[in-house]
Amino acid sequence: MKAEANPAPAPQVPAVARVRAVRRDTADTFTLTLDPPSPNRDVRPGQFNMLYAFGVGEAAISVSGDVDDPAIVHTVRAVGSVTRALQRLRPGDAVGLRGPYGSAWPLDEAAGKDVVVVAGGIGLAPLRPAVYHLLRHRDRYGRLALLYGARCPGDVLYGDEFDDWRRRGLDVLATVDRGDPTWRGPVGLVTALFSRLDLAPDATFGLVCGPEVMMRFVQREFEKRGVPDDRVYFTLERNMHCAVGFCGHCQFGPAFVCMDGPVFRYDRIRHFFSIREA
Amino acid sequence: MTDTEILAALAGHPFAQGLAEPHRELLAAGCKPFRHAAGEMLAREGEVAGAFYLIRSGHVALGTHLGERGAVPIQTVGAGEVVGWSWLLPPYRWQFDARAEDAVEGLAFNAAWLRGECERDRDLGYHLVKQLLAVAAARVASARLRGLDIYQ
Repeated sequence: MKAEANPAPAPQVPAVARVRAVRRDTADTFTLTLDPPSPNRDVRPGQFNMLYAFGVGEAAISVSGDVDDPAIVHTVRAVGSVTRALQRLRPGDAVGLRGPYGSAWPLDEAAGKDVVVVAGGIGLAPLRPAVYHLLRHRDRYGRLALLYGARCPGDVLYGDEFDDWRRRGLDVLATVDRGDPTWRGPVGLVTALFSRLDLAPDATFGLVCGPEVMMRFVQREFEKRGVPDDRVYFTLERNMHCAVGFCGHCQFGPAFVCMDGPVFRYDRIRHFFSIREA
Repeated sequence: MTDTEILAALAGHPFAQGLAEPHRELLAAGCKPFRHAAGEMLAREGEVAGAFYLIRSGHVALGTHLGERGAVPIQTVGAGEVVGWSWLLPPYRWQFDARAEDAVEGLAFNAAWLRGECERDRDLGYHLVKQLLAVAAARVASARLRGLDIYQ
């Protein structure tokens, strides 16, 4: 009698990862560092995992750490039952993990070009792995800039890393919507930071993540400066359930954000950006 | 700066785009270059708005103060932008503080002189009001979007 080969694991069954560390970033945002359930995970900047808070549910969370590091890092905003449950995790606790899923930032295509990273709020989390990559391979790129907008000084994410990024060749410009007496940086929309850049339109890639209204206005800034639509990439957030294209919850026009995204080239989604409910 | 340099600087500022040549020459003759070091005040809330500034380089924080909590920046403006429309509207007093964030250079107009020229030459006045309306519209849009609290 022949032994049957082990069937492939069902795509929606999570593996178990262990929490190595929990760090509070802002009043409602925290970063989980997880020991991976298995080595040799091939993660690319921009991708996401499904994190399962046992007994509560799953949420799609972008990878926010260095993808060359064996640990898995996720920055999470506590806004619903699942993410609040994740917030209660402590070192040693178990968490379900599926992934990585989705498309990645075009870091190879951008080689030799200037790269402008534009982020708003927690939108810096999916872009941080790209920042790490750009800085690790600094000599492969032209000028690098990060334009970052946050609600207030206390909500600036990863602010303790900015000086290091600047030293390594990233021009970091951060602005807040509402200043306070401690804030010495600019106050205003993230789009206002474009005036501080000298962009070479035909040699620039834009990587953008934030609220969609912010991304619409950021796109206009790239357009005004002549950066072609096929050089600007957005990452979209939708209600992702299965993450493998079964359920259709994350449909965006003809695309599934979980499989075709979350990183999209702007010219491929431009039409749907003008539709109020896509 | 020579008169020619001032005229060139004015012509290169976005606020002067679309100005007729005679108006540009008039304004160039009526403005002076200025420079403020970081931390210096261009305007103080409540004081007479005696000047209108075109920013050529550097950044200016517009703000107010919250008593014991100190000064609070509300918006930052930079090269190619302007500081102040209080000079045009009674009672001609600054509504906000304006502080140089870094070294700021530009062109400054005497407010009373500029108001007088706008009254005397309504074409010039209309042009300046349209330009200031565009500035105000952009700042209202910025304030509205920030009011949406989009990062919430």
